[in-house]
Amino acid sequence: MKHKLLTALSGLALVAGSAAAQAEGQLNIFNWGNYTNPDLITKFEAETGIKVTITDYDSNDTALSKIKAGGHGFDIVVPTHGYVPIFISEGLLMETRPDQMENFKNVSSTWVDVEWDQGRRYTVPWQWGSTGVVVNTKYYKGDINTSAIFMDPPDELKGKINVVPEMGDVMGLAIMYHGGEPCTDDKVLLKKVRDSLVAAKEHWLGMDYGNLEKFAKEDLWAGVNWNGSTFRMRLQNENVAYGYPKEGYILWMDSVAVLADAKNVDEAKAFQNFVMDPENAALISAFARYSNGIDGSEPFMPEDMKTAPEVVVPAEHAGNGKFVLACPPDVQALYTRIWTDLQK
Amino acid sequence: MTTASSSPTRLTAEEVEELARKKDTKNRWLLASPALIIITLFAAGPLLIVVLYSFLTAGDYGNVKWIFSTKGWFSVFLQYDIFDDTLQIADAHLSIFWRSIKLSLLTTVLTAAFGIPTAYFIATRPLSQRNLWLFLITVPFWTNLLVRTIAVMELIRGEGVINNVLLWANVIDQPIQMMFTDFAIAFGMTYVYLPLMVLPVYASIEKLDFRLVEASYDLYANRWKCFRRVILPLVKPGMIAGSILVFVPSLGAYITPRVLGGGKNLMFGNLIELQFGQGRNWPLGAALSISLMVLVMVALLYYVKVSGGDDNEHR
Repeated sequence: MKHKLLTALSGLALVAGSAAAQAEGQLNIFNWGNYTNPDLITKFEAETGIKVTITDYDSNDTALSKIKAGGHGFDIVVPTHGYVPIFISEGLLMETRPDQMENFKNVSSTWVDVEWDQGRRYTVPWQWGSTGVVVNTKYYKGDINTSAIFMDPPDELKGKINVVPEMGDVMGLAIMYHGGEPCTDDKVLLKKVRDSLVAAKEHWLGMDYGNLEKFAKEDLWAGVNWNGSTFRMRLQNENVAYGYPKEGYILWMDSVAVLADAKNVDEAKAFQNFVMDPENAALISAFARYSNGIDGSEPFMPEDMKTAPEVVVPAEHAGNGKFVLACPPDVQALYTRIWTDLQK
Repeated sequence: MTTASSSPTRLTAEEVEELARKKDTKNRWLLASPALIIITLFAAGPLLIVVLYSFLTAGDYGNVKWIFSTKGWFSVFLQYDIFDDTLQIADAHLSIFWRSIKLSLLTTVLTAAFGIPTAYFIATRPLSQRNLWLFLITVPFWTNLLVRTIAVMELIRGEGVINNVLLWANVIDQPIQMMFTDFAIAFGMTYVYLPLMVLPVYASIEKLDFRLVEASYDLYANRWKCFRRVILPLVKPGMIAGSILVFVPSLGAYITPRVLGGGKNLMFGNLIELQFGQGRNWPLGAALSISLMVLVMVALLYYVKVSGGDDNEHR
């Protein structure tokens, strides 16, 4: 009897011990799909002995609603700048004070006092980029630095256009095309925006994500897309080009944050510190092809990124980009209505 | 006196029987209770939550606030114009709903057109071969729906198998645009739901007594008449079951329209997803889900009534 009890107890201890060991060396990352360099993770695992799992999401809203629902088991999330204040105000992020971490000195001064996280008390830069237009220049020779590519498409491109179904970005581009400010509630302008979007949609083929190989294989010729994603398309098909709409284009930054209910807090903090190292930041960029906001990472980047027009914003377009914070709830409700009208 | 003394004993016997029967019923209830509790908890429970949410106020960033509101239900059917605030019918929801119904009906008709001959073919094979054919029909079910949908995409895309073959055979000189159209959605759903039509139809054709077919020929029925008056009424239950099994999931389909339809035109499932995602209007999403369920329910009741009416006709 005593013997049996002993076995049971030692078995229990073993289980408890292994569970503790597991908790020590684990990190669960919740990040955008096709966005995390496997080499980065391998390097992190080798240096720290922490085992990493990655789960994908396809939009900020998916991430937000899954995390709000609870029970997700994730430690790290990578929200876009506009969503960081929402995550913070909903109490979903942990104040990890990256500004006091060892590698914080590498963060480019441009990205320290940002509107969405003053002084970087919660988040660490992951990558930043822009939302503009993509055109296959084999089929269209005109000016591509305009939102007219999808708002008032040239005949050559009609019927081969894809617009990413990212409501905030597309509404922002369309509003700026009509001379307004993103998140406006000016109904006269919004009516124009809605009517022109509905009219333009006749010439679109799809509203879809994940179109890398459809552009590479020329199923699609033009549309709204992100700069780094367009860069990856160009590497597979040299005719694909990225345009910076002169009417205004969207800038964004995704940042690494630790969740308030993270189980592996130390590991998560270690990861935040890890991605601020220039060599590691360069690995992030080398995969997804966006800039990273860490000083000194350029020397470690692939050669083709240093001159890529998708990454190095040409001087004449630099002033037209705009960071847009998340719109207020009542404006968002208005945009959802327009968005539904668009997709009916 | 004998009757007096015997009748109480007989009554007792009846009472004992009654008691035994009651005990038996109680036992059955007890034995069934775990299953009943699970069904109530996991089927009715979530459903009640959805109903509850549809009567709450939308939270600012998703989720709900615990304030009673009928706004979700109101906006399923009606809306204030975005720009001049006049009350109008929610035509966006209605047209999305109408598209779902149209495509689901089309899918049902197409699966019937391909499924019934297939089922007939299988049912008329020798007994030893039938299991093999049925096995082949179920093989696609082993693969995830998303993978099958992407396989369809490889078939119909611009540089896909179908276009390449047609180009190679000089039937066309430009790839046909099939991806991102309503055709693509109907094609994909027909492929995905075909087994759901074949199996019930097969089950009823298999039971068909082919001597009745011979008898009808003996009575000077031509092929058409035999099909219409003999075979069709007998396999109708299977066809109805198949139609329900295809129509209902088509109505709520989400993956196939999203992957093959290009997301340009929403189906009902995608509209619901929009409300829970970027739209951040959970009460509306919940109300739309319930509306879809009610409509499916109405369709089912209609089917039941139609098949029930047939039985009367035969009598």
